[in-house]
Amino acid sequence: MIHLLTSNWSEFISGFGWTLLSSVLALFFSLIIGSLFAILEVVPNKFLRIIGNIYVEIFRNIPLLVITMFFYLVIPLYIVKINGFTAGTIGLTIYTSAFIAETVRAGINSVDPGQMEAARGQGMTFWQAMRYIVLPQAFKYVIPPLGNQFVNLVKNSSVLAFVAGFDLMYQGNAIASQTFDTVNTYVIVGIFYLIITLPISYYMQHLEKKLA
Amino acid sequence: MSSMIEFRNVQKYYGDFHALKDINLEIDKGETVVLIGPSGSGKSTLSRTVNGLETIQEGQLIVNGRDIAERSTDINRIRRDVGMVFQHFNLYANKDVLENIMLAPRIVLKMNEDENKKQAMALLDQVGLADKAHNMPSQISGGQKQRVAIARSLAMKPRCMLFDEPTSALDPEMIDDVLKVIKYVTSQSDMTSLIVTHEMGFAQEVANRVIFMADGEILEDDNKDTFFNHPTNERATQFLSKIIKH
Repeated sequence: MIHLLTSNWSEFISGFGWTLLSSVLALFFSLIIGSLFAILEVVPNKFLRIIGNIYVEIFRNIPLLVITMFFYLVIPLYIVKINGFTAGTIGLTIYTSAFIAETVRAGINSVDPGQMEAARGQGMTFWQAMRYIVLPQAFKYVIPPLGNQFVNLVKNSSVLAFVAGFDLMYQGNAIASQTFDTVNTYVIVGIFYLIITLPISYYMQHLEKKLA
Repeated sequence: MSSMIEFRNVQKYYGDFHALKDINLEIDKGETVVLIGPSGSGKSTLSRTVNGLETIQEGQLIVNGRDIAERSTDINRIRRDVGMVFQHFNLYANKDVLENIMLAPRIVLKMNEDENKKQAMALLDQVGLADKAHNMPSQISGGQKQRVAIARSLAMKPRCMLFDEPTSALDPEMIDDVLKVIKYVTSQSDMTSLIVTHEMGFAQEVANRVIFMADGEILEDDNKDTFFNHPTNERATQFLSKIIKH
């Protein structure tokens, strides 16, 4: 296994790098987009609420691979040329943001409605009440489920392999088919994924304890 | 004297349920009005319509010269002048006591930070909790929370205060301190107050006027002495006889 690792070191590391980059980008953007749609789902304006609902229900209920293929094959055909890495990362971001929206919305709903009433009663706008009172409390509730979403996101980034995204899984497949050493290759790939996901799990647990 | 709050033929529904039935009521500036009645009578709902936490379906509700039901009315502007004290306090759980008081003056009134802090400390002193300034709401008792909540409302320099069953969620030995603070607030000559309560002794002490509600209707509206000594409405008489027994 050591030999396999050292003789394919640059492929593994490059795959690891692309996986890490895709995960970080998707994590950052899906957190922002997800939170935004979570708020849209609870605003007083019915029209905005419906838009939020439609977004979440569509992207939560379509397989990640289908969304990714759409960006890889359909978007370049009609709109703009994008490579596999970009298509995969966009797909991953949109798919994950729908789950994050649901998670954050649940957090917002678990904050006592009296908090919003008190803030509005003092003349704050809906957005001020959200920003200063409701969201800070909501995020505390959602740290554990959000951690799960982040870990899922890293694992789901293996979808890049299907659209030539040069990620860890893609390199793994390539190495396995060259060396025929499938067992050791995928064990190494698994370990590389753990290198990203275990620290996330650990950090989220730490954050949960610190804020509780 | 001009009126602070005026209900004109106000109707409120929750779906099919008729929660407020044709309410007509005028409260003058500086008055202290106590609202009593059995639970489910609509008294909390009525008080919550005054700052728009409950919307009305028909009629006019004029608060401080502006009709709340009018679409063009900026509800946030009205809410600055109307303080609300809730049964369950609703202190901001993510802010300490001092910050609970300072937050709305800072972001709604854009008050200068030094002045804001000075005012907050003075208010805390007034309600006897200056030493709790840096505690979180979860670290203080119910009675203390309610006193902080009152200080928080006063920080907006309201012209009118709504108290929605302010002592109902409190342990008996906590009630007196809170009532003392409310009594002080209502005694300010320019403060208009609407108090929903079950504390009859307190009502007799602070009220200029008592309103009795049942089933979403105002059944009696009298000055304090007439109400407690010679109530004319039969249900009000019944209600009083039951309450005073205890």
